[in-house]
Amino acid sequence: MISVRGLTKRFGDNTVLDGIDLDIRSGERVAIIGPSGTGKSTLLRSLNFLEKPDEGTITIGPVTVDARRLRVAEELALRRQTSFVFQNYALFANMTARDNIAEGLITVRGWDRARANARAEEILATIGLADKAQSYPAALSGGQQQRVGIGRAMAAEAEIMLIDEPTSALDPEWVDEVLQLLKRVADARQTMLIVTHEMQFARDIADRVLFMDGGRIVEQGPPERMFSDPEDPRTRAFLRKVL
Amino acid sequence: MRPLDLDYMLGLVPVLLKYVPLTLAMASVAMVLALLLASLMAIVRVMRVPLLDGLTQVFISFFRGTPLLVQLFLFYYGLPQVFSFLTAINGVTAAIMGITLHFAAYMAESIRAAILGVDRSQWEAARSVGMTTAQMMRRIILPQAARIAAPTLVNYFVDIIKSTSLAFTLGVTELMGAAQKEAAGSFLYFEAFILVAIIYWVIVEALTVVQRQLEARLGKAVAR
Repeated sequence: MISVRGLTKRFGDNTVLDGIDLDIRSGERVAIIGPSGTGKSTLLRSLNFLEKPDEGTITIGPVTVDARRLRVAEELALRRQTSFVFQNYALFANMTARDNIAEGLITVRGWDRARANARAEEILATIGLADKAQSYPAALSGGQQQRVGIGRAMAAEAEIMLIDEPTSALDPEWVDEVLQLLKRVADARQTMLIVTHEMQFARDIADRVLFMDGGRIVEQGPPERMFSDPEDPRTRAFLRKVL
Repeated sequence: MRPLDLDYMLGLVPVLLKYVPLTLAMASVAMVLALLLASLMAIVRVMRVPLLDGLTQVFISFFRGTPLLVQLFLFYYGLPQVFSFLTAINGVTAAIMGITLHFAAYMAESIRAAILGVDRSQWEAARSVGMTTAQMMRRIILPQAARIAAPTLVNYFVDIIKSTSLAFTLGVTELMGAAQKEAAGSFLYFEAFILVAIIYWVIVEALTVVQRQLEARLGKAVAR
């Protein structure tokens, strides 16, 4: 269960998030769509404090933090309730595919190496990269790197998986394998919040679609309605352009 | 021009080689200590730790801004007059201390630049997994910074090896000190000093082989 109240983020005079309220049930899959520069990624990155929001409260699972009085311990506790998939994969460049997945289990969750490696190898098999366990990121294709990135997020078994434009940096040939994998993660009812430009994908996997513009959630609803019968003129204008 | 006394030089080779272990030991101890100290200072600077950041900047400024020889004299001859507990310090220890602090100042800036050279996405990925700052540094950032800094740090090690020759000014009979003593006995200064120069040269060249292996090992994560 995720609950966000009044989340606000400013870069100088520019208000990027303008008092966002958002609730996500356990197991719910929520997609965020909207024009570039409207705060979609900033919202995602604020939820695990990769960006420091200026105001607002965030509750994820048992952890509640207030952006205005944040302690380091709270920040860590909140992050450990989330996992993150980056647009540019951001795999640990000094570690093999297997170690990328095992690393958090060892350093953050305190597993011993043998157990973490075994779990990482299970995940590699799940994401179809069992034969790449010993490969470094530089030796993997973009699609393979992003699948490892998703595998790393899966290993965390976090309350919510935050996924930031997972296919935007990919060559077209790799997009499909990444979306297929994310669909499987979604089918397993992993709670997820995903920023995406793939409208068909959002329609396929999301229980709810949010349309953001100007740092606010303008409109939200089930994908069938959002895509066929949007109410707000800004949503309609956006969808006309991208569909 | 007088002919070289080759017999004398040949006879001197085993005499001087006996001092190579001491030179290498001093250089290695200083290198390890300097690396540790420099890494700590680099992290303090990158993280802008209050108070420590300022102290580190003053430290770096002083040890880069004054000659190593002056620092060695200060440690060995000067400080014991002020702090009596330092009177027991021997020349080898003073030389290692001085060289450590001097090169730590330089290496701190190299390591800091290397840390800042690690892609921002690596920091974010480490944070997103829930690592503490210490875990992030130890597991993700420093190993990658090491690859970036390795060529520069090996250069500093070369410099450290050569700088141990200054220990002879503190009365330490190391490689240079031994050559100096031999030359003073035989008056064959050229033979003694060209031989000691060649020995340093060979040591440093041997090190470049190690350097290539080290860089290959650190670089394996980026090799395709």
